Amino acid sequence: MQNKMSEYASLLLREGKVDLVIGYEAGSESGTTRPFIACSAEDAARLVFEPARCVHNLAVYLYKKELVSGKKVAVTATIPVAESICRLAVEHQLDSLSPLVLTCGEEGSVRQWESPYSELAEFVAAHTSPSSSTAEEQLARLEAMSREERWRFWTDALSPCVKCYACRAACPLCYCTRCIVEVNRPQWIEPWPVPLANVEWQINRVMHMAGRCTGCGACARACPLSLPINLLTLHLQRAVKKAFPDDGKGGNVLSTFRPNDEDTFIR
Amino acid sequence: MEEIKNTAPFEPKIVAFVCNWCTYAGADLAGTARLHYPSNVRIVRFPCTGRIDFMLLLKAFSGGADGIIVSGCHPNDCHYTSGNFHARRRWVVFRDLLNFVGIDVRRVRFSWVSAAEGAKWAELVDETVRLIRELGPYTEYKRAAAYMEEHDHAE
Repeated sequence: MQNKMSEYASLLLREGKVDLVIGYEAGSESGTTRPFIACSAEDAARLVFEPARCVHNLAVYLYKKELVSGKKVAVTATIPVAESICRLAVEHQLDSLSPLVLTCGEEGSVRQWESPYSELAEFVAAHTSPSSSTAEEQLARLEAMSREERWRFWTDALSPCVKCYACRAACPLCYCTRCIVEVNRPQWIEPWPVPLANVEWQINRVMHMAGRCTGCGACARACPLSLPINLLTLHLQRAVKKAFPDDGKGGNVLSTFRPNDEDTFIR
Repeated sequence: MEEIKNTAPFEPKIVAFVCNWCTYAGADLAGTARLHYPSNVRIVRFPCTGRIDFMLLLKAFSGGADGIIVSGCHPNDCHYTSGNFHARRRWVVFRDLLNFVGIDVRRVRFSWVSAAEGAKWAELVDETVRLIRELGPYTEYKRAAAYMEEHDHAE
């Protein structure tokens, strides 16, 4: 499987079909991988592709203008990466780039997907794996707590946060060029890392993900303090699906509405 | 040193985010009709409920509010046709998230108050103030907000 992907990428580069292949190479620790951008057929020999070991979400590179602008780009995609790409396409973030998406089937052959990614979306839907059981357990434990306990849990759990914004940088869907935490008139969230501001930052981040988050877990994996911030997105993902089961496939649940949406909480 | 005790009863601070076209006019009507309602509410006027960013609600809490009212036009009455429908969706999701984080959602009250419903506005404020009085000051949030003062780096 691994060789096939690098052979395929090398062919694309040699034939000049693409200028860049965004993929993975072996990491410095054995068994790990890290993102790697192949620019030539020789580079492509370094590419590896094993979905179990390739955990970084490469979709995040597809809107880095300094990297992809004016280039023809291919990206090797695990299922979570492909899912993020489909979401980016729905949000018109890939309209000018239209990258080639390379996936691997069970039989080990490379498949190539082009814009529009509607078939890729079907492929992804057929291959999505359920979220990890540990995350499910933690989520169930939190949901069973009283509200006061949850507040204590989150203010404690997020208090070590140093506001490095790695969660934002790692997320393929956090692509605003100007984030509200970089705006200081008004200062929406205090910039120093204190528990309340940390909680507010996460509420803000997660709320902007409502109905968009694909649950790839890149935010929590990027967190240098291993804070359980993916539980927030996971919970919200569930809540959105429950409240608006039939919406959001072609857009964002929050930019549309139905006249009969829930209003039991409104007096 | 003798401690000065604050013996005054708790007066809730309520921030109301209202839309210009319905609820603000409704609150105005309550005033011109000489209706009595508690003075604990600070009204902030917005062009539309659709404009009320969820960050404003967090900002109100961190600024010391004990309760929040969000109110606008009834469904199908929006001056901009669909602003309140969009807002309603946002609040469905936001309330759920607040509850998951452990913020007391009883302190955030949503309502539709039309320009003709001065009495409903007065009732809404009255009810909210009564509820927040029962719940007491929102110390949980304030304690978290006061972390900087408590953990002064003087040591």
